[in-house]
Amino acid sequence: MSLTARVGLVFAAALCVVIVLMTFERPPVSTSQQGFRGVAMEQVVNPRTQAVRLAANRIPEAPEAADTEGEKAREIYENVQVLGELSVAQFGRIMAAMTEWIAPEQGCAYCHNVENLASDEVYTKVVSRRMLQMTRHINADWTPHVGTTGVTCYTCHRGRPVPAEVWASVPLPHNGLQASRGQNHPAAVANDSSLPGEPFTPFLLQDNEIRVISTASGPGTNPANTMQAEWTYALMMHMSEGLGVNCTFCHNSRSFANWSTSPPARLNAWHGIRMVRDLNNNYVVPLTPLWVANPRGPAEGPHMPRLGVAGDALKVNCATCHQGANRPFYGAPMLQDYPELGLVSEAPLRAASAVPR
Amino acid sequence: MPEYQNLFTRVQVRGPTPYPGTPMGEGQLLVGNSTREMRGGFVHLFGRIGDAQIGPVYLGTLGVLSLIFGFIAIEIIGLNMLASVNWDVVQFVRQLFWLALEPPSAEYGLRIPPLREGGWWIVAGFCLTVSILLWWARTYRRARALGMGTHVAWAFAAAIWLYLVLGFIRPVLMGSWSEAVPFGIFPHLDWTAAFSIRYGNLFYNPFHALSIVFLYGSTLLFAMHGATILALGRYGGEREIELVLDRGTAAERGALFWRWCMGFNASFESIHRWAWWFAVLCPLTGGIGILLTGTVVDNWYLWAVERHFAPAYPQLWAPVIDPALTTGAPR
Repeated sequence: MSLTARVGLVFAAALCVVIVLMTFERPPVSTSQQGFRGVAMEQVVNPRTQAVRLAANRIPEAPEAADTEGEKAREIYENVQVLGELSVAQFGRIMAAMTEWIAPEQGCAYCHNVENLASDEVYTKVVSRRMLQMTRHINADWTPHVGTTGVTCYTCHRGRPVPAEVWASVPLPHNGLQASRGQNHPAAVANDSSLPGEPFTPFLLQDNEIRVISTASGPGTNPANTMQAEWTYALMMHMSEGLGVNCTFCHNSRSFANWSTSPPARLNAWHGIRMVRDLNNNYVVPLTPLWVANPRGPAEGPHMPRLGVAGDALKVNCATCHQGANRPFYGAPMLQDYPELGLVSEAPLRAASAVPR
Repeated sequence: MPEYQNLFTRVQVRGPTPYPGTPMGEGQLLVGNSTREMRGGFVHLFGRIGDAQIGPVYLGTLGVLSLIFGFIAIEIIGLNMLASVNWDVVQFVRQLFWLALEPPSAEYGLRIPPLREGGWWIVAGFCLTVSILLWWARTYRRARALGMGTHVAWAFAAAIWLYLVLGFIRPVLMGSWSEAVPFGIFPHLDWTAAFSIRYGNLFYNPFHALSIVFLYGSTLLFAMHGATILALGRYGGEREIELVLDRGTAAERGALFWRWCMGFNASFESIHRWAWWFAVLCPLTGGIGILLTGTVVDNWYLWAVERHFAPAYPQLWAPVIDPALTTGAPR
């Protein structure tokens, strides 16, 4: 064999090895049947990645329950706006739990002026008030999505001041040879496809129509086109990635649109999309002025971005709570150990506390 | 002593000088046969997978024009991709498979939009189409110049039909360029998946099914035929066309093999018609399926259900009711 042929063969073999190593998932990959046989209703799970996910989705041990009797927090402490109905013991318990959930390194000082705990001068305290109300709102009003399992601060925060999975809008360049469409670059939220890279503004902030498939067999009733389908597709890929499930977890393999043959999980997901939209519009985005005033976080730190590159708030999507699990913590009922979160007042906050002092 | 084998020739048979090709006589000049240009040479590596001789190449007016238009099209597509990564060559290489030149968005319908909002797609698409059609004319004329049949040109035309349906005929019928395919490696694949989703699962499109039959059928026929001829090589089976007229032991053995295995055999002549038609029908039927999508049928799953073409399966859970139908439901 000539030298050129040898070099060519070695090069081709090396290329094949690189392609195999870079693109293939090492077996075993296990498949479990979800629907009727032969219709590809199945979930594909890699036991190795599943083990990592299971380990990452454990709830912390709950502290001993607090005495509900005795004086209420609002009678003892000053400037208690949302946790006033808690007993003093409960108040102390939830403060300690929240510190562990959100700022285990910074401690109380992450939200409080330690010289005057009642002061609202650290903006994160004002944010956490609204976040407590949001948690209460989710557990009380979004049971079609969270059921009785509910959520706590830890569902999203998991020991971080800013949850690991958040999104912000991506500014598109307005000049150049080709007008940007927000797609055709590796899209991390859509499984590294070339689909739209930020499908959240249209669907999880605005209420654009997600449905693109016709409900009649003939044409003329559905104005959606293939380009719109790509945006819906990107959102669905985010849900698939964020929940660690395949399409058929929620959809029928034969018809993505048909509801009557869909697995019941699709109903939960439908309410989840509306819930996230509600949270972004009514809880997260209205707090933007506080983050604009403190774009790198509180003075004491940790210093990390509190705004996206376009100057908008870091917002919620499916992965914010789910973090790769089809149910956060695989359904472990964390909320039941924290009755304090059920006593949060949803009454309007006093105006003075909405701006940093 | 070198031995001749027909499977990956270990000995490359070559003359002392490149063979200029069959002499055609003066009369053939009228149908475009000219004196042979570019004498050619030998490349050993090519000889390992085919004929070691390179050339003579015929370019001609059609070939030169086709290459120019093709170059312009590829250049427009490539520069638009480069622009989409802000002229960063490193990012161009890294993201090449993801980059695209998209057709105009729906608001432009069939009008010509500004260049940066899809106009370049129309220019590139026009140049690419001209290039492909010129290349088709070239395959037709080269075949005629050699006194051959035009089977290659018509097989190529079948592929061009599918290309035109996807990028021109169907968008025109739908009244919008936005229905066309983007230029790009992953983007055109994502478009394909989104297209199937938008139109209710293309697997229920019977022409899509036919196209798959001919696609897979082509590979099966190709494998069966290639294997048969290679297996008969030791009896001179690769001289297929001579065996059509004068069936020797190779043809008889091959035919009997298939009759033994499955009771029937194609003839040395008919197998090539089988293969040609399977290959040609793949894009022909596929093009029909694409053409009907959105113009005649908007949801293939529902179309198949209405025609009792999609079977019903037992449901393992209680039927889910569309929550959007509930009064007062959020959008």
